Amino acid sequence: MSRPGQARRIALVIVAMPILFGGIVGLQKRIDAQTRSVAQEKEELLLTSGPALKKLSLGYNALLADIYWTRAVQYYGGSIGDANAKFQLLWPLLDLTTTLDPHLIVAYRFGSIFLSEPQPIGAGQTDRAIELVKRGIRENPGEWQLGSDLGFLYFWHLHDYTNAANAYFEASKNPQAPEWVRVMAARMADRGDALETSRMVWTQIYQTTSNKEIRSQAIQHLEGLKALDDERHLDALVAQFQKAYGRPPESLDELKEKGILPGVPLDPSGLPYVLGKDGKAELNPRSPISTELVPSDAIQPPAEKSPK
Amino acid sequence: MIGNIRIVAVNTFREAVRDRVLYNLIFFALLMIGAAIIVGQISIGIERLVIINLGLTAISLFGLGMAIFIGVGLVFKEMDRRTLYTVLAKPIRRWEFLVGKFGGLLLTLAVNTFLMTLGLAAALWYVDRKLSPADANVLTAIYFILLEFALVTALALFFSCFSSPMLSTVFTIGIFITGTFSRDIRDFGALTRSPAMIAFTRAVYYLLPNFHNFNAIAAAGHGDAIPASLVAANSLYAVLYVAVVLLAASAVFAGRNLK
Amino acid sequence: MATPAIEILSLTKDYPLGHWRPGKRRSLDNLSLEVQDGEVFGFLGPNGAGKTTTLKLLMSLIYPTSGTARIRGRSILDVRMHREIGYLPEQPYFYDYLTANELLDYFAQFFGYSAAERRERVARFLEEVGMTQAANVQLRKFSKGMLQRVGIAQAILHDPQVVFLDEPMSGLDPIGRREVRDIILGLKRSGRTVFFSTHVLSDAEMLCDRVGVLVAGKLQGVGAPSEIMSLEVKGMEILADLPAGRELPAPLAAHATAAGQRYRLQVPEADLYAAFDQLRAAGAKILSVTPLRPTLEDYFMRLVENQKAASHAIEVSVR
Repeated sequence: MSRPGQARRIALVIVAMPILFGGIVGLQKRIDAQTRSVAQEKEELLLTSGPALKKLSLGYNALLADIYWTRAVQYYGGSIGDANAKFQLLWPLLDLTTTLDPHLIVAYRFGSIFLSEPQPIGAGQTDRAIELVKRGIRENPGEWQLGSDLGFLYFWHLHDYTNAANAYFEASKNPQAPEWVRVMAARMADRGDALETSRMVWTQIYQTTSNKEIRSQAIQHLEGLKALDDERHLDALVAQFQKAYGRPPESLDELKEKGILPGVPLDPSGLPYVLGKDGKAELNPRSPISTELVPSDAIQPPAEKSPK
Repeated sequence: MIGNIRIVAVNTFREAVRDRVLYNLIFFALLMIGAAIIVGQISIGIERLVIINLGLTAISLFGLGMAIFIGVGLVFKEMDRRTLYTVLAKPIRRWEFLVGKFGGLLLTLAVNTFLMTLGLAAALWYVDRKLSPADANVLTAIYFILLEFALVTALALFFSCFSSPMLSTVFTIGIFITGTFSRDIRDFGALTRSPAMIAFTRAVYYLLPNFHNFNAIAAAGHGDAIPASLVAANSLYAVLYVAVVLLAASAVFAGRNLK
Repeated sequence: MATPAIEILSLTKDYPLGHWRPGKRRSLDNLSLEVQDGEVFGFLGPNGAGKTTTLKLLMSLIYPTSGTARIRGRSILDVRMHREIGYLPEQPYFYDYLTANELLDYFAQFFGYSAAERRERVARFLEEVGMTQAANVQLRKFSKGMLQRVGIAQAILHDPQVVFLDEPMSGLDPIGRREVRDIILGLKRSGRTVFFSTHVLSDAEMLCDRVGVLVAGKLQGVGAPSEIMSLEVKGMEILADLPAGRELPAPLAAHATAAGQRYRLQVPEADLYAAFDQLRAAGAKILSVTPLRPTLEDYFMRLVENQKAASHAIEVSVR
């Protein structure tokens, strides 16, 4: 090839390629934006039948399961923070994932939390969560953690202490299950102090997973529970003040002045509690902690003790 | 310039037809007929959806197969069998020859797809007894499939310039699969915490042709409108990417010493 | 002097020895050559000498390692130059799903003729190469000789000024060879330049104004055929049948081979008639007498000697 001709050709390629690729990248971003908005309107899935997909995947179901699991996580992460999130596709995605690969434990654990959490944190479908976890237990009898997840679901969302106790009990039969699982079974059967039980449940969930989202959710709940616990103690001290001085205190500082409290306690986010208009202790208005996610039944002592 | 390209394109089309590639339409017709009849019997309320999904998927798969299996031989065969010698002795530039080959195969695919679309329309009419305005989305989906064909053809042609048909097939299919799942690859990368991996998967996402852009089968099945801006963006994307690939192919082919 | 039809300037082509091995194989070594308008130039050389390489370089099917060439004043890298040339490759391959008509029509399209013009030209040139009856037969059914003729047709149907033919006689029977010779002479008569390669000396002798001899990639010499081939014959070869029971006389038998009663003997030219007498005495029937020519290598060695004498105007330098 002639030198000038070849040089010209190479120069053309070197100059043209980056320009063309620049256009390509820009267009891709625009296309992504378009398809995201389309998807949000309709939330399409390629196929919704798990067994059909399994057959179609020609034996590469494990890989496909991984792909769907990734999509499930992205799907969840993509809508978190959206006040209108409904997570309608979370169940089908997790259903597909676990049909393709029944031994993908993390998918069951993720689903047990985020299928059951109310909207806009999760899908608000406790029944689906239970269905998912039960499948997980069926396919993976050696995984005691799934059993404890089932117990959590019955306790926290359905307040079904009997089934919760059974779930924890079955899980505790696994020789690898730690002691606390049996303790939990007993607590459920006992209908003991619900707040303390809740704290144990979420602590265990936090400690037995490495999934970022689950841990973050657990911490939120634990902080809320701690706040409720603190509020309860503060209410008791307020009652004590009332008894002693015949009137409710103006603020928590009064309790401090009168020596009932060494100082105004701080909530887990570091902000001091305040006294609400109703005379009950409550979180600082600026506090990021929320107690709203805690089902009321999780903290009230039960109405009666059921026989063992 | 355009003249030379047209001459080669028409000849390439003629070669494909004489090679009886259009016989694949028989299988497609059988498939559509069978599906229409079966679905008509079952009557489960989603006949339209099934026919459209099946039809579009078949159009896509048949066409991709054709694009790859003919494409990988387009230039290689001519170099190997030396039919190229007399052609290149004519007043035609090498890149004109290449683009002509591309055009010819694309024309073949377009004709094939057009005939299949008629078959799909017939099947649709059979199960639905009417054609609704939402069917226009099916046409848009088919247009997207054609864009996909253009990209795959260009890739197969590029590899055809320097590697054997078997290797070229592997490479082209490889890029197609990667480009279909490139979103998931990028998301996998985002799940790892390593900045290197994240950067790498992002680069892969933007540099490789993203075939998932062109998948509107589900939307067409549900009768969803496909925004005009997406049509424009996809068209331009395909044009630019085909340009990139053909430019690379021309550079490779122009410098080759023929055996 | 007017612009030569073909100017080749120090054209060199190296091939790598292999993908991994270092080193190169030089298949064409600094070829320099000029051919004037209207000449018929024969490019001679044994198989593997580099003749086809030269033609492929001129057609830009392969690219030179160094050196350039011009055809009618235009660089070989200028694609517009292809309008004025025709090319027949060695052992041509064509699209075998096309008919002869369709192939020629396809090629004709590149020159911008109207459909009517193309029809006329294709018919005319098919006639000229004797392929009219096979016009609508698919090329996959053609014999080697038929393909060769179609190849010639496609090389000349656009009336090119310079025609390049790589071994145009190969694959042809004697009738076909004569027809090709006639075509080449016809081209010459209409003022075209013809550059063809061959390893058959008699063809070159009959047709060429000048010949160039290429051996192992190097040009050995250029000149008129008479200069190159005006050499004494080495001897004569006689083919004779002896009646059963008779034998060749001893001195003849020393340079003879036999197949049954058929003998092939070699004698020096001077002894030819003496040999005839001996054979007649033995009752032999003489079948043929052929002059034995020196080999190509003999020719070129002689040419080099002639050039040292520097008695002729030679348009080329030899390394």
